[in-house]
Amino acid sequence: MLQTENITVNIGPQHPSTHGGLHVEAIFNGEIIVDSTVHLGYVHRSVEKIAETRTYPQFVPYTSRLDYLASQLPTLAYCQAVEKMIGAEIPERAEYIRVIMAELSRIASHMLAIGSIAIDLGATTGLIYTFRDRERIMDMFEMTSGQRLITSYMRIGGISDDLPPEFFPAVNSFIEDIPKMIKEYEDLLVGNEIMQARLKGVGVISAEDAINYGVSGPNLRATGVAYDIRKAEPYGIYDRFDFDIPTRKNGDSWDRFILRIEEIKESSEIIDQALKDLPQGEIMGKVRRVIRPEAGKEVYHRIESAKGELGFYIVSDGSDKPYRLHVRAPSFINLMILPQISKGEKLQDIIANIATLDPVLGECDR
Amino acid sequence: MPNKKIIEGLQAEFNDALEVSNDGSYDILTIEKGQLHALCENLKKDGFNYLANLTAVDYEDRFEVVYHIHSVPENRKIAVKTIIDYGNPEVSTVIDIWRTADWQEREVYDLLGIKFAGHPNLIRILLPYDYEAHPLRKDFKLK
Repeated sequence: MLQTENITVNIGPQHPSTHGGLHVEAIFNGEIIVDSTVHLGYVHRSVEKIAETRTYPQFVPYTSRLDYLASQLPTLAYCQAVEKMIGAEIPERAEYIRVIMAELSRIASHMLAIGSIAIDLGATTGLIYTFRDRERIMDMFEMTSGQRLITSYMRIGGISDDLPPEFFPAVNSFIEDIPKMIKEYEDLLVGNEIMQARLKGVGVISAEDAINYGVSGPNLRATGVAYDIRKAEPYGIYDRFDFDIPTRKNGDSWDRFILRIEEIKESSEIIDQALKDLPQGEIMGKVRRVIRPEAGKEVYHRIESAKGELGFYIVSDGSDKPYRLHVRAPSFINLMILPQISKGEKLQDIIANIATLDPVLGECDR
Repeated sequence: MPNKKIIEGLQAEFNDALEVSNDGSYDILTIEKGQLHALCENLKKDGFNYLANLTAVDYEDRFEVVYHIHSVPENRKIAVKTIIDYGNPEVSTVIDIWRTADWQEREVYDLLGIKFAGHPNLIRILLPYDYEAHPLRKDFKLK
């Protein structure tokens, strides 16, 4: 007698398209996903517990290892959270350099996202092109911090080193070349019929669902909600820059993919303005060597990272170590909607959905 | 400031169960544990549609559960806190109000051992499913 039966397929944790140690257990009826469960924790280090045993400055390098694909951003969020607690003043030059570094990190992360969406769908060439361009950002990070990926460049009160002279020609030519790079991505990927067929109408998130599920960042803006913390609650000196918040309408994988390309343009605008206005001066504010925020003081500071709302909640007990530190990780919360949007779709669609949600597991599992 | 009006309305409704303070960035509503769910329902009706962050702190004699809630269309923010006993760490879930509470409550349960009554799938999320301790508790010492 003929009969059908659902089968369970484990996607990950050891699979290139899962971007690290992500494990999705999916139940299939033929090719259709009936249900799926996300299992996390394969790269859990318990950074929140580690934070309680490290002094405030000692914890800076750990934050770089959260979102290691855009490592300036979590470091910036942490330093600004501590600065808010102690009321530190940051020199103008350091503020501008922070913005330049943060936006370069965002571009690097979005380039990697675009490339990995392409390779997850089988378009290896796409990854090679975006990696080639991202490499120039890695070189700039190496010039300034000595590190390519895990920079730990921000400090509580400013930044660790001033920009070297060779940084300026590198960043200027990079900004100049961005339209050319985007043209290449557009010719190669956006105009590609297979990319369109694989991404359009796949993994649709409605604006209402996105907010309800706490989806933030490019994934939220792809649903049509123009919510960007750089505008909604400007931190640092972001209120001085003139830039747009690109949005899309459909909230599908295609929109999430296109939106990241558009955000690269806006970030390069910001870098351009910051370089023009970059003042001379100090790079470190006056911060005590041993940082002891007032007892009972607490802060929730959030920034717009490349993946979405990245927040640090820190509670002080008056000692030189945080009493409690919590990381609100956008990758973690953005993944929550994955089973919902993948239901009723095919195996290849869940791969596209993971790629376009763009989680980074170092931050997700913490 | 529209937050002020909302808070006045809530104070009239919850009386002594609600305490209001401000940390310089957020208006903080500290609510009795039993009234948490009702307060959150009210906030959702007042336009706070985005639960940005949910976490908890172990103060050794008590736990504090903290909610940072935002309104995306109106760009407003508010924080809610509730204090729960150390011996019986349980509080009502808010998953029916904000779906995003799902994993965040599971994480708090996983790392601090606080139970969320009414959560449909309260299992560990970051640590192995058969792990026994709650490492973010202060009595969990690092070796």
